Amino acid sequence: MNSLVVKLLVQRISLGLLLIFLVSILIFVGTQILPGDVAQSILGQTATPESLANLREELGLNVPAYQRYFSWLGGVLQGDLGTSLTNGRDIATSIGERLGNTLFLAAWAAVISVPLAITLGLISVLYRGRWPDKLISAVTLSAISIPEFMMSYILMYFVAVKLGWAPSVAMLNSSMGFWDKLHAITLPVAVLVFVVLAHMMRMTRAALLNVMQSAYIETAELKGIPRLQVIWRHAFPNSIAPIVNVVMLNLAYLVVGVVVVEVVFVYPGMGQYLVDHVAKRDVPVVQACGLIFAAVYILLNMFADIVSILANPRLRHPK
Amino acid sequence: MGNLLEINNLKIEATSYPPGEPPKRITIVDGVSLALEKGKVLGLIGESGAGKSTIGLSAMSYGRGGIELTEGEIILSGRDIRNAKSGVLRKLRGAEVTYVAQSAAAAFNPAKRLMEQVIEATLYHGKASKAEAEARAVDLFRKLGLPEPETFGNRYPHQVSGGQLQRAMTAMALCPQPDLVIFDEPTTALDVTTQLGVLAAIKAAISDQGVAALYITHDLAVVAQIADDIMVLRHGKTVEYGTTEQIITAPREEYTAALVSVTAKDHTEKVSDDKPVLEVSNLHARYTGMDREVLSDINIAIQPGTTLAVVGESGSGKSTLARVITGLLPQIKGRVTFEDRELSRDLKGRSRNDLRELQMIYQMADVAMNPRQTVGTIIGRPLQFYFGMKGKELRNRVVELLDEIELGAGFIDRYPAELSGGQKQRVCIARALAAKPKLIICDEVTSALDPLVADGILRLLKDLQDREHVSYMFITHDIATVRAIADSIAVMHLGKLVRYGPKSKVLAPPFDDYTDKLLKSVPEMRLDWMEEVQRTL
Amino acid sequence: MRRVPFPALIGLFITTLFLLCAIFAQWVAPYSVSEIVGDVWEPASAEHLLGTDNIGRDLLSRLIWGGQTTIFVAIAATVVSFVTGSVLGLFAAVIGGWIDQLLSRFVDLIMAIPTLIFALVVLSVMPVTLPVLILVMGLLDSTRVFRLSRAVASDIEVMDYVEAARLRGEGRTWIIFREILPNALSPLVAEAGMRFIFMVLFVSTLSFLGLGVQPPAADWGGIVKENKDGIVYGIPAALLPAIAIAALAISVNLVADWVLDRTSSLKGGRNG
Repeated sequence: MNSLVVKLLVQRISLGLLLIFLVSILIFVGTQILPGDVAQSILGQTATPESLANLREELGLNVPAYQRYFSWLGGVLQGDLGTSLTNGRDIATSIGERLGNTLFLAAWAAVISVPLAITLGLISVLYRGRWPDKLISAVTLSAISIPEFMMSYILMYFVAVKLGWAPSVAMLNSSMGFWDKLHAITLPVAVLVFVVLAHMMRMTRAALLNVMQSAYIETAELKGIPRLQVIWRHAFPNSIAPIVNVVMLNLAYLVVGVVVVEVVFVYPGMGQYLVDHVAKRDVPVVQACGLIFAAVYILLNMFADIVSILANPRLRHPK
Repeated sequence: MGNLLEINNLKIEATSYPPGEPPKRITIVDGVSLALEKGKVLGLIGESGAGKSTIGLSAMSYGRGGIELTEGEIILSGRDIRNAKSGVLRKLRGAEVTYVAQSAAAAFNPAKRLMEQVIEATLYHGKASKAEAEARAVDLFRKLGLPEPETFGNRYPHQVSGGQLQRAMTAMALCPQPDLVIFDEPTTALDVTTQLGVLAAIKAAISDQGVAALYITHDLAVVAQIADDIMVLRHGKTVEYGTTEQIITAPREEYTAALVSVTAKDHTEKVSDDKPVLEVSNLHARYTGMDREVLSDINIAIQPGTTLAVVGESGSGKSTLARVITGLLPQIKGRVTFEDRELSRDLKGRSRNDLRELQMIYQMADVAMNPRQTVGTIIGRPLQFYFGMKGKELRNRVVELLDEIELGAGFIDRYPAELSGGQKQRVCIARALAAKPKLIICDEVTSALDPLVADGILRLLKDLQDREHVSYMFITHDIATVRAIADSIAVMHLGKLVRYGPKSKVLAPPFDDYTDKLLKSVPEMRLDWMEEVQRTL
Repeated sequence: MRRVPFPALIGLFITTLFLLCAIFAQWVAPYSVSEIVGDVWEPASAEHLLGTDNIGRDLLSRLIWGGQTTIFVAIAATVVSFVTGSVLGLFAAVIGGWIDQLLSRFVDLIMAIPTLIFALVVLSVMPVTLPVLILVMGLLDSTRVFRLSRAVASDIEVMDYVEAARLRGEGRTWIIFREILPNALSPLVAEAGMRFIFMVLFVSTLSFLGLGVQPPAADWGGIVKENKDGIVYGIPAALLPAIAIAALAISVNLVADWVLDRTSSLKGGRNG
């Protein structure tokens, strides 16, 4: 590794950390300074002025906003996410177990969809314009035209209810073994795979086609080298960076998709936790969950950029 | 003696898919026949769209992007390969026939070392062991004049210059020791001084290996140095086919004769003692964020009604000079004086009259015109903007201008996309003229055009100068263009003015080293030009 | 005018149908939006073409009224997103300098948070009314339009014809509206179609999560939420809005593709 690459990596990582910091400000501002009054929202329109004032005092709303922000941030950095307004429980503890569940779900979805998307993308490019390509395009186009929750119910209706192949809700509990857990999350994983796959495959196809149109691919073909070898030896090394980018970009759909899918299948994860507490206007929980989701997303993007820096021959072998 | 390659009555077609319209069948090459003996070089020459590259690739039975070889025979070493199976074609591509592309920079895989790519075909076709192939490659690197031939192959494509990549690509084509190499405009993207070296290296290497070649180019003077026979193509058909000597010295067809004579035009120098319309003194410029000056200490002047040609290769700073004069790039030091008034450094500080009197014409006419405006709007806008013309008066003046550029009123409602390259450039000239300027800066205005079209544009510009007494600052890399239009010449190299004065003085000895090399590198329409130059350089 | 290709024709037809249904819901829908006209989850019959919903309202009428709300909110949010995003994007590209930097970095920051998550965060403290919903969705999405229009405009901005206009002494207004905008229009129009679909999906998702259109008003996401419990009993009422959304999304996609295709062909033109 050379100094230029190190410098770029350090830059990119610091940028990621800076982004997370700024996002924390944004989330705080979004929930605290907007015209909506938290105390008013919690108590509703019928609240008396006294109870409002009491609640404000209790929430620390009388302290200037920046002070509240720094005490919140200080807590977050020490792993203290505050307590929930609705049930008074420690947020970090509640999130702890749920985060594990969510990662379990998301990881399986990613493990299945990424190789599948890349394979399908490759097939599409190999058979460009012929029926396998057209079929894949048509299916993925319809897949991205249907929201996640609709896809969930369609699968639930046909696979779980009509065919009885999988459970219609994805309840987890600590007594379940690994395979039971896996069986329980069949449908949510399937939905996530389907949604992420569609986007990921379309972009993989585009990225690969872009590389396949380069002049050096023609050069290799004019050397008499068979197509599969051309793809493997010449297209693939140059596709790593764009494909990793595509993969990471689409894991963002996973971050959003997971929220919806968890609600549909009553899965005890972060997403459901977030949505529940948005409805209850439990601001500290929303802040904490929002920050975690955003941080995961930023870290994924950062990782993608790091891979493309490392895969770039111009940077690895400077003049 | 049997021919290595024989093409008989070849017809090449393609299907184009214009968006929103039913697919169309177009003929790209029609009824072309040629024959090439072992060890000989055939030059294919023509304008863009003449089908020369397509014919070249057909020798490998390869059609780019939906192109089909529909009729005729392509006989390579005694067998017709036009309809050969892909397995057969794979065996001959990269082994019997190899290809050198115009842009080597794009044709090399950026992720792999040069050596791996140079010997890839040799290894794949089992023509040599890895050690032998590498030894061959190093030998070729040496013969092609590449630096440090032993280790050159360890580099990645982005680590070497454009001229070196073009040589490496030639090495890649020669390494499998093929019978035939197709050179597709191998020197077109290079600067003229680099071109000479690459051309000489290619010539030496192919005669050394005794390999046959198809050499495709639009530059007749270049092909004359390297080819035994020449085929002139136009619109996919053969115009003339003969030995190089016959084509150069005694062309039978009018079109060929025009191609031969187009680079031989000269222009008698106008001398003027009038007060200069533009004076640039002690000019220095730099792009923001860069340490190096792109222009240093430039001093030039242009007299009314005369043409100053600014000559230089890419990176010489000639286009930057135009940007500084027009105010797009403020200089860091020095003065630009126009009609006795000092021009503001940046665009904002210039009056509307300053802007009007100094017009610019660009190299790429198609991006110099808004594709959503009609010719009438494009030419009419300066009239409206500077002179407040409206309605009938405006329209009449636009028609007048269209007549001046030899297009006529019928063009007024057309969009740029409906014009040919030469017509587009004419509209750009009319737009500049509409402002009634004192000086027009012409930035490589003819270099994107085919030679005959370019010739027409130059003639038009000269006529307009005689009529309107306008001055030109003519930026170009092409010495032939300079000879055809300049009254005075400024030669630039690496941001400095290396030679400046009236044409007769600049183009006459004694020369400085750079100008000498530049002038000698320009291919001349003579058979023995390259040998002669190589002896003297 | 060229022949409209068949897929675009179908797209146009279905899109128009949806729009007409949305505009004239009052006359098209057989029953009113909240009228209870039958039993819970009645199957399809001559009276109720698609059956009834979880509390016995006519499902077809709910779908038509729901379409009106969904399409209205989506169009309004798209307009907010477009006007904000493209105006700021074009100006950022033309003005450049620190204003451009500031805007672009701010947009990067907003886009660092997944849109749905950000929307949830904001909606947790804002009253969920239609105007708030439209504004939140529109403003969050305008970041994407900003990026696109800035990118398109920056590409056009470096064209020689824009430089020629600058050298002529043209003002900023002429450059933006006469030189850049006409050439940026076709990608922007196609993008508008994509943004509209995204808005339909977005508002449906929010309503499904209970944070979008509030009952008793109907919208497609809300209809799913109301009828989702039927699924486990094998009652497919909740799937009907899915068909509506998919049909609308695909047909708008087809139209957008055609618009992009048709207008970009003008730009390329022929050579020589």
